[in-house]
Amino acid sequence: MSAKAEIEIIERYCKGCSICVEFCPTKVLEMDAFVVKVANADACIACNQCELRCPDFAIKVHKL
Amino acid sequence: MAYDYEKHIRAGKLPHIWCPGCGHGIAMKGLIRALDTCGLEKNNTAIVSGIGCASRLPGYMDYNTLHTAHGRAAAFATGVKMSKPEMNVIVVGGDGDGTAIGGNHFIHACRRNIDMTYVILNNYIYGMTGGQFSPCTPTGHKASTTVYGNPDPIFDISKLAIGAGATFVARTTAFHATQIDKLIAEGIKHKGMAIIEVLDDCPTTYGRRNKFRSVVDMMKRLKEIAVPVAAASKMTAEQLEGKVLTGVLYKEDKPEYTEQYAQVIERAKGA
Ligand SMILES: Cc1ncc(C[n+]2csc(CCOP(=O)(O)OP(=O)(O)O)c2C)c(N)n1
Ligand code: SF4
Ligand code: SF4
Ligand code: SF4
Ligand SMILES: [Mg+2]
Repeated sequence: MSAKAEIEIIERYCKGCSICVEFCPTKVLEMDAFVVKVANADACIACNQCELRCPDFAIKVHKL
Repeated sequence: MAYDYEKHIRAGKLPHIWCPGCGHGIAMKGLIRALDTCGLEKNNTAIVSGIGCASRLPGYMDYNTLHTAHGRAAAFATGVKMSKPEMNVIVVGGDGDGTAIGGNHFIHACRRNIDMTYVILNNYIYGMTGGQFSPCTPTGHKASTTVYGNPDPIFDISKLAIGAGATFVARTTAFHATQIDKLIAEGIKHKGMAIIEVLDDCPTTYGRRNKFRSVVDMMKRLKEIAVPVAAASKMTAEQLEGKVLTGVLYKEDKPEYTEQYAQVIERAKGA
């Protein structure tokens, strides 16, 4: 499967709440020492759930 | 391209001050999308608040903003709307600000049916000052001032707004992100007082005292308690135990206050 979106993380804004990790339906994201990282880019279905629920404006979903 | 939130935010204001996982940021994103959907012009829109973590929200917004006294947002917003009825007036504030110290202003703004959109972020607590109980802290739950469990019954903000005379009342949660902007947009389009209650999470002062060990636990709780109004009509009282209704709870067309007041001015001129 190929990624349907490119995920951009603005590390300076991320407060490591892990909301995006928990509610991503395809487990694209992972926590890495209190900042989120893209661990499984290919699985992204571009559903936008992570961006919608990030309270910190720290994650952007760029549809491909 | 991802959604451009920063076009609506004052330059250099991010990251915001809210704690990790605080739902106020999710609500702010919803408000931005709603302003966008409705095409509101920055120069013709005022966003007004009182005091509290929730009330910090307008300070981030690149609009006309008014950060006022605790509990007084509705009063200042009424002043703005009366002097400039053509302006879009949005109020943002917390459960403490709007229903404790500001309860009086809240109910009378509802009663007047003045054309504004009041987004109330109900995180069940006074977040900013360290977690004192608010009129919305659930009975039995713990706050810094109710360490043995809160004996008080709660204010149901939406019911309070309907009872007081608001003509558009809706509720959602910080988990239901896309519903936030849909309901705020409907509220903005409605002529009259629109109340949008967003059930929110304060992991720092409410969650940790009430056995929500993480932000995610709090978000899951919001997901679980919400029942859309349409679904609720098919559920038994037992099934609805501990749930809250979401969606548009009340809508009515009634004369709007600034229009009524304009008529008073006309009558006075003729007298
Ligand atoms: C006149 C006055 N009384 C009390 C305070 C202290 N105070 C500041 S914020 C706040 C409560 C805020 O709670 P809420 O509106 O629910 O916002 P939250 O922080 O939970 O988002 C209180 C009591 C104040 N600033 N001014
Ligand atoms: S867009 Fe959807 S699938 Fe892709 S990372 Fe975000 S939540 Fe996961
Ligand atoms: S939701 Fe936002 S702030 Fe929270 S971990 Fe994900 S990117 Fe970071
Ligand atoms: S204290 Fe609570 S309401 Fe205030 S910023 Fe922190 S989590 Fe949000
Ligand atoms: Mg509060």
